[in-house]
Amino acid sequence: MDWLSILVTTVEAAIGLETVVYALAAIGINIQFGYAGLLNFGQAAFLGVAAYGMAVTVATFNLPFWLGIVIGLAAAVALAFLLGIPTLRLRADYLAIVTIAAAEIVRLIFRSVQFSSVFGGSDGRQGFADGFYAINPYSPGEYSIGPFGFNERVMWVLTVGWILVALCCVLVYMLMKSPWGRVLKAIREDEDAVRSLGKNVFSYKMQALVLGGVLGSLGGFIFALGQASVQPDLFSTEFTFYAYTIVILGGAARVFSPVVGAAIFWVLLVFIGNTLGEMVGNGIIPSSIMTVNQVGPVRFMLVGLGLMLLLIFRPQGIFGDKREIALDAR
Amino acid sequence: MRRAVIAFTAFLGGLIFLLASGATAAWAEDEGLRGTLQNQGQPVNGVKISVATEDGQPVGEATTGADGTWEIPLPGPGTYKVTIDQSTLPPDVELRFKERATLTLPVFEDQKRTALFALVPKGEGGEGGGAAAAQPSVWERAAQLAFEGLNLGLIIALAAMGLSLIFGTTGLTNFAHGELLTLGALIAYFFNVTIGIQLIPAAIIAVIFGGLLGYAQDRYFWGVLRRRGSSLIAMMIISIGMALFLRYLFLFLFGGESAPYADYNAQPGMQIGPISATPKNLIAMGIEIVVLVLVGLALLKTRTGKAARAVADNPALAASSGINVDRVIRIIWTVGGAVAALAGIMLGLAQNLNYQMGLNILLLIFAGVTLGGLGTAFGALVGSLVVGLFIQLSTLWVPTELKTVGALLVLILVMLFRPQGILGRRERIG
Repeated sequence: MDWLSILVTTVEAAIGLETVVYALAAIGINIQFGYAGLLNFGQAAFLGVAAYGMAVTVATFNLPFWLGIVIGLAAAVALAFLLGIPTLRLRADYLAIVTIAAAEIVRLIFRSVQFSSVFGGSDGRQGFADGFYAINPYSPGEYSIGPFGFNERVMWVLTVGWILVALCCVLVYMLMKSPWGRVLKAIREDEDAVRSLGKNVFSYKMQALVLGGVLGSLGGFIFALGQASVQPDLFSTEFTFYAYTIVILGGAARVFSPVVGAAIFWVLLVFIGNTLGEMVGNGIIPSSIMTVNQVGPVRFMLVGLGLMLLLIFRPQGIFGDKREIALDAR
Repeated sequence: MRRAVIAFTAFLGGLIFLLASGATAAWAEDEGLRGTLQNQGQPVNGVKISVATEDGQPVGEATTGADGTWEIPLPGPGTYKVTIDQSTLPPDVELRFKERATLTLPVFEDQKRTALFALVPKGEGGEGGGAAAAQPSVWERAAQLAFEGLNLGLIIALAAMGLSLIFGTTGLTNFAHGELLTLGALIAYFFNVTIGIQLIPAAIIAVIFGGLLGYAQDRYFWGVLRRRGSSLIAMMIISIGMALFLRYLFLFLFGGESAPYADYNAQPGMQIGPISATPKNLIAMGIEIVVLVLVGLALLKTRTGKAARAVADNPALAASSGINVDRVIRIIWTVGGAVAALAGIMLGLAQNLNYQMGLNILLLIFAGVTLGGLGTAFGALVGSLVVGLFIQLSTLWVPTELKTVGALLVLILVMLFRPQGILGRRERIG
């Protein structure tokens, strides 16, 4: 058993690209689901349209990088309005189904042969990240502390990513302390009561959907830039479900819980994957029970099992407050 | 509660035992190119495909097997040219895009890359489509597509009825319902291919298992959660966890490949008026209609059926008028599980088996259910048929790969203008 490499990959996963991306997506979901009680199951689509908005602007139309970011953000806002206007008046489970359907539509269009001249089909788009790496302040080389290290490109993506995560957390903290945040939480608890106090519930929900979508879309940018490519199947429904698992793991309606949840989620996923991989590789688990290729499915079986057990035994997650969980949302 | 978890674990343990000796996963270990040739869902065999390096050095050749699959191992990562030999295609099949007979694809390390060649019946291809005389008229195509749509719609309807009744009686939006389909299909696969029983008895066994598992799910899991007072949203997210768990369990046991059943694979087609169909299509549709009619009659005529509709309408009122609500719900779960297993087998017969087959059809089931009106059994039936027909007929105008998009758009539009669905009542949307 190579414990050192397991340790290194696990620690790197705690601050790695996936953690940043999922943390940003989960911060968005936390606003929608945790604070406002909206079941948006289409978060992957927000990351998708943002990432593709940027990639297509730069790679297909050869426009500057910053314009790509603007178009990506605009696409996320537009998607939120497109989704919200028909569905926000509906009950929670209807919203869930419609948002999943919308996310699938977005993914299917991205991967279709019909539009492959724009979106690149199932291969997606590459070669749009140069503008981002051109302003990389890190000089080429390996930046490491002991056995842990990243090269200059990863360092740059992670720096930007974690700054964004921090800014989002501050933003959520300040918003939720403000009157706006209190109205949002009140909507989660009792929509009719808020309406009777003269608040425009629909408008508040829409603002929450847009804000959550835009914060999530930052994760889409980081994902696309970190990999220097976008593929449609990165933004599948399962992405959204993992992000929900992260929010529930950390505890809904807490500022830091999406970040901590994302770190724990990826640390566990990478640790279990690598440990099982090593055990299979060294014959500790015989290949009649599990082969190396079956390690991947086992990890995600555990995710599903974990999500079920969390909701049955500890729906408030690690940091949450049971009275503040939006599970009775209508 | 602890008992429920133990029981559920035992249930899953049983599943693993059942499926464990199924197909072992054949996963990517080296570089390769592969694919499946299909024409309107039917595998196309005997087609020659060759791979060459970018500068034209031949690498390998393969001929598609009975299930339409081909695979060519590669010496290493790089960019390769894949060419389909159009002269080896069956006479009634052609490439959708004739200029795409050669694909240039980059293959990365340890990647088994899929190369797609879209096939269509002769005369439907791009670039003018060849001689106009051979092209079927719009009405002939519409008839054929309507037939295929009915086929798909009936499968969706089988699954949607169970989902809708479970929603109506318990309020649970079950995201794991698609996995019940996959489960039924895979149990039938286990008995059919691994043990070697003929498909029909294997399917009967699978349907019985599906019913038992539906019963067990309610008795030891959902029922317990309901009595504990878990909220509907919590149960919905639990069902997502369950769907993830089951899906990856299927991937673990069955592998990532698609596989057909051992029987009824290569049947010669028949021509009935403008429609070409295989006998298995017709028999499957007959079975589906019989089952749907039986379930419908049971709902209308039997005491339990009437009780089920009463519970779906108003559980509290039903309980106070002396109906044993828990018993009714358990029966619905049992029947729903069995019918879902049947739907999965039919789906596996119409396409191929895959660990994601349930996930892929789940949204269409939801579309059918919401279109018909959540919670109404007959609404689900009507809605599913409409969805099936719509999906296939829409390919007259939209590319086949985007046909699901149309159905999902309709789902969203229904939400906009008539959220209670075709047969639903206004009050249901709360």
